Amino acid sequence: MSKIGVFVCHCGENISATVDCKKVAEEAAKLTGVEVSLDYKYMCSDPGQTIIKEAIKEKGLTGVVVAACSPRMHEPTFRKACAEAGLNPFMCEMTNLREHCSWVHEKNDQTTEKAIDLVRMLVEKTKLNKPLNEIKVPVSKKALVIGGGIAGIQASLDIANAGHQVILVEKEASIGGHMSQLSETFPTLDCSQCILTPRMVEVAQHPNITLYNYAELESLDGFIGNFKATIRLKAKSVDPKACTGCGACYNKCPKKKIPSEFNEGLGMRTAIYTPFPQAVPNKPVIDKENCNYYKNGKCKICEKVCPTGAIEFDKPDEFVTENVGAIVLATGFNVLKPDFFPEYGYGQFKDVITGLQFERLASASGPTLGEIRRPSDGKVPQKVVFIACAGSRDPAKGIPYCSKICCMYTAKHAMLYQHKVHGGESTVFYMDIRAGGKNYEEFVRRAIEEDGANYVRGRVARIYEKDGKLIVKGVDTLLGAKPVEIEADMVVLASAGVANCGAEELAQKMHVSYDPYKFFAEAHPKLKPVETNTAGIYLCGACQAPKDIPDTVATASGAAAKVIGLFSKDELTREPLVAVVNRIASHDVSTCVGCFMCQTACPYQAIEREEVKNRAGEVIKTVARVNPGLCQGCGTCVSFCRSKSIDIQGFSNEQMYAEVLAVLNTP
Amino acid sequence: MKIGFYPGCSLKGTSSEYAQSTLALAKAFDIDLVEITDWNCCGATAAHNLNHELATALPARVLALAEKDGLKEIVVPCAACYNRLSVTQHELNENQDLKNRVEEILEMPLSGNLEILNVMQFIDRYIAGKIEGKVVKPFNHKVVCYYGCLLVRPHDVLKFDRLEDPQSMDILMKKIGADSMDWGYKTECCGAGFSVSRTDIVGKLSGKIVKDAYDRGAQAIIVACPMCQSNLDMRRPHINSYLKTKIDIPAMYITQAIGLAVGVSREDLGLKKLFVAPTFA
Amino acid sequence: MNNEFEPKVVAFVCNWCTYAGADLTGTSRIKYASNVKIVRFPCTGRIDFMLLLKAFANGADGIIVSGCHPNDCHYTSGNFHARRRWILFRSLLDFMGIDINRIQFSWVSAAEGAKWADIVNKTVTNIRELGPYMEYRRAANFLEANEEELTKELARNKEEEVKHG
Repeated sequence: MSKIGVFVCHCGENISATVDCKKVAEEAAKLTGVEVSLDYKYMCSDPGQTIIKEAIKEKGLTGVVVAACSPRMHEPTFRKACAEAGLNPFMCEMTNLREHCSWVHEKNDQTTEKAIDLVRMLVEKTKLNKPLNEIKVPVSKKALVIGGGIAGIQASLDIANAGHQVILVEKEASIGGHMSQLSETFPTLDCSQCILTPRMVEVAQHPNITLYNYAELESLDGFIGNFKATIRLKAKSVDPKACTGCGACYNKCPKKKIPSEFNEGLGMRTAIYTPFPQAVPNKPVIDKENCNYYKNGKCKICEKVCPTGAIEFDKPDEFVTENVGAIVLATGFNVLKPDFFPEYGYGQFKDVITGLQFERLASASGPTLGEIRRPSDGKVPQKVVFIACAGSRDPAKGIPYCSKICCMYTAKHAMLYQHKVHGGESTVFYMDIRAGGKNYEEFVRRAIEEDGANYVRGRVARIYEKDGKLIVKGVDTLLGAKPVEIEADMVVLASAGVANCGAEELAQKMHVSYDPYKFFAEAHPKLKPVETNTAGIYLCGACQAPKDIPDTVATASGAAAKVIGLFSKDELTREPLVAVVNRIASHDVSTCVGCFMCQTACPYQAIEREEVKNRAGEVIKTVARVNPGLCQGCGTCVSFCRSKSIDIQGFSNEQMYAEVLAVLNTP
Repeated sequence: MKIGFYPGCSLKGTSSEYAQSTLALAKAFDIDLVEITDWNCCGATAAHNLNHELATALPARVLALAEKDGLKEIVVPCAACYNRLSVTQHELNENQDLKNRVEEILEMPLSGNLEILNVMQFIDRYIAGKIEGKVVKPFNHKVVCYYGCLLVRPHDVLKFDRLEDPQSMDILMKKIGADSMDWGYKTECCGAGFSVSRTDIVGKLSGKIVKDAYDRGAQAIIVACPMCQSNLDMRRPHINSYLKTKIDIPAMYITQAIGLAVGVSREDLGLKKLFVAPTFA
Repeated sequence: MNNEFEPKVVAFVCNWCTYAGADLTGTSRIKYASNVKIVRFPCTGRIDFMLLLKAFANGADGIIVSGCHPNDCHYTSGNFHARRRWILFRSLLDFMGIDINRIQFSWVSAAEGAKWADIVNKTVTNIRELGPYMEYRRAANFLEANEEELTKELARNKEEEVKHG
């Protein structure tokens, strides 16, 4: 027989102003199974909690209903108090007399009646509550970081420096990401490579970091603390152990005219290549799509010239499986590419380039060795137009969001151009200047005031070529909305930052949610900015949304802190509000018929198949089993189950029926 | 199969050569275009500035009449008419209350699934496939195709061609042997409704269009809108006075250009109605 | 006022969006009809529609089911399952002769306190117009009153079946 204690809180006057709390307590006392029913001014206060604790001990309560505020506010408080008094915390329930009753209704009998109903509902539910124990899950203290740009590098180093093992997976031949392509960085104009490459080397040399370059995540199983990641090591055709990185192979490779991805197509590379001179690891790979041998079966010059015999043709991809406890996604972003702007002629006119291409032109290690020369004829452009918001903030282009970094890098581009081409003219078309950040606004002002970049507030409607010039037609909305026409030598589009290619596929592989633009979604935009909805998988950098380097590094360290926090314990405890398959029917041990509808409904792959055997070890039937480590307790499987064999602890069918019937069968 | 034809006011008046050449081209390919019985104004310009209900009911009546004639698709050569009819059908399909009201006004039912084709869509569907075999006199001239504003906008409703850099006319012109050049004024404003009231503005706006065509060495400007055509053609004196030079590149309808290529006579195409006569035809 | 029919409305809501949204209605002190009692579930995906039938059978006049907006589900996809189930369930209700207007299915996010009040008020007004839900009671009474006869007929049918089948 249940012995329930009901504790009605006045919440100062928040509840008692409209609800007759005394009457609620009196009415509750009349319910069957209610042993004690009290009201008090502040239940959550120390004396209030003491009242509950003492009642539990004195009356030997088997359940507690606190009628107070929202359980989203104080459920943990009261459950903890119950636990301290020796009652299983999951025998304590709250009913919401404040947010759902006193604050939203007028003071009258009906409001008090409703309060009594609400208490009755929870009393009936609590009678059916069962003591539950927290779930403990072991943690394997090794992290997987996907993506070797600055976000992945920072996260890996932070985790590794805390003493944990890190597996860093990078799909390209070298780590470094977009940051390694940049020339100088705003707002300090320090050279990107100079600050990044030491970090890259640190990754390569760190005893706690295992780097898999030219590799991708193949599949992921498991759950927080216990993931099993299978990684595809794409065949490099070069044995990294034997290779010394001498460079004889790429110097002799006959295929020299392949547009370099690192140089955004402005420079050329060979078929066997390292993406850039400071690559980490600095060992080449063969691009099979362009290699003569892979295409025609003839060549093998690299094999002949390699002094260490490191070339290994026709080796298949390999797979490694790693057990990891946490995963950091740091897969970065991409910029919008050709044919997106027919009106701007990108892809049609050689001298209309993206911001990332301009970075390569301005970079000392770039195809022009840092001189600003336009791609079509190599001449130094005397007039350059920069278009901020090329695609961004344009619902017609399907990108309503702001790409965030463009205002700043466009100011930087204009500045770099003015520094490098004396007497050159730069014009920036912008919608708004968004320079929120430390020293950002000052930086933009410097570009305008000291370096003389001409800022025009307005959009560019069209670019066309005429007599070797690019005619940029726009509008100046500040000076009487006048049309502006500029004959430019080169146009730089600050094209929108978009999700990296393959982001959607990867998210689905990992069961991470993503937004309509394929950026990964954080668990909460403000309070859980580096967590995902899948426990144990964290996010950082521009895979969430376009971010600048400071923000990227900050989120990377944030994600690393979450991982380190997770690894600080040997076991994880979780609320036991998970689904279970019943095992009570006598003759065949479960009413589960093994239809596995639950498996199709489960968003977490938490349903496993379990073979039930008799004493002779023969399989009698296959039933569903819930992996409590994976189950998040949504209960979708419960409504799917046709034989009502699966139920969710804390919100069981029995409990919910009791709660619903209690509200309707009023005396 | 019967294909409907909606001329609208321009094609019965100032731009009768557009109607003439469209019908002649259809005939050359054995296609019968049937004029919609008792058609009325599409409500362009005047109506939709004043009264939304009227601006919807006018084109809706045309649509209802076409449906009553048992037509499944109609060809609407005028860009403004095409725009009004398409936008109205879209709007009525989206807004049931408005549709009920309009049906009440018209005392006619509307199914809302008529196919409304502009000239390019019509040619593309019924003529383009047979065109190459029928070209007797390749149109081997340098041309620029001018689309104007109404043909491709609003893109969400019309879903026709690329919004900022349309290609449909260029593709057709290349089929008949023309050297269709890229240029900067494909979708710039011609001055449109200022044609009568502010000819100075038309002279300036259309002037820039004609100038760019001239600078690129175009021998003809190809159009598909009566308003564009009359501004570029009839207002040439104003254009020339704005440009302070005399430019005699003709502005001709795409139906006339294709008609010439497949051997339709100058008379049937109404070429003599152009103010700036093409020298090559 | 006192003679007016006060419907019993049960709201089945998810913990993460609508429950929190209703909390916000409270913190914003927006008033709404007190006829509604909220039952908290982890997710709309958990809401077994048998429960809804049970509620009708036990005297509910109206029901609200509400959860996170599509794509906002705390558990990724529970609300999509709920939506699909609702589409089927609606036909079933219709078939069984329950006016589907007695159920309000909606999305209310944790930020939509005012929307929650609005939905409750609209639903209560709507149900008040529809009047008390009596069909189930009537059917149950009919069964009770005619139990003997019905049992006999059932037995007769069975015999026939055996004979012919």
